[in-house]
Amino acid sequence: MKLNVKYFGLIAEWMGRSEEQIDLWENSIAALRQQLETNCRRLSNITYQVAVNQKIASEELELSENDEVAILPPFAGG
Amino acid sequence: MSEKKIKNVFVQGPITPEKIATSIAHHQVKTNIGGHDIFLGQVRADEIGGKMVRAIDYSAYQDMANQAMHDIREAAFSKFDLTCMHIYHSLGEVKAGEICLFVFTSSVHRKECFDATRFIVEEIKANAPIFGKEVFEDETHVWKENK
Repeated sequence: MKLNVKYFGLIAEWMGRSEEQIDLWENSIAALRQQLETNCRRLSNITYQVAVNQKIASEELELSENDEVAILPPFAGG
Repeated sequence: MSEKKIKNVFVQGPITPEKIATSIAHHQVKTNIGGHDIFLGQVRADEIGGKMVRAIDYSAYQDMANQAMHDIREAAFSKFDLTCMHIYHSLGEVKAGEICLFVFTSSVHRKECFDATRFIVEEIKANAPIFGKEVFEDETHVWKENK
């Protein structure tokens, strides 16, 4: 399945882009994390959250092609 | 989801003292208010690894952050008896000493606005997808992380 993924902050810096389309072999958050960490090994050293359709996703959530997916480094607001 | 319109909390650059003063002045017509509470987040010139932070460059997942702020606002209104509430957060560069967060709550009596402000600030820090790049005087940077 194809997914449009947004990157923010530190992760956008590491990825060298703020958005891209990735091809995922399985529709799970675990598969998404595994693929991202294969592309960018440093990701496995930080705690990052996955948001789907602007809500923090649980690890059990199943992804769909039209989902808005974002990869979020630790927050620093305030 | 609430049907209330989602507001944009973001302002480009620092929140100015004039904006804060104007916001206070706008409440003088609301004579049922007995107390206001204000929290101002200010950028610190931290020393990290021997270098001084000159500014924080804020970015955000704006749509999600505005939704998160909306949810925090709704939660605060249901938990506390508030007359009104305003939240503003900076985007882009805010220099050390300048204001990056303005939370303004008003209520009939003081306790409600004191408690609400603390709740709102803690919720923003934990749940709003806002990111901060701490820029040093030599223009190198590190990424800030809320504790």
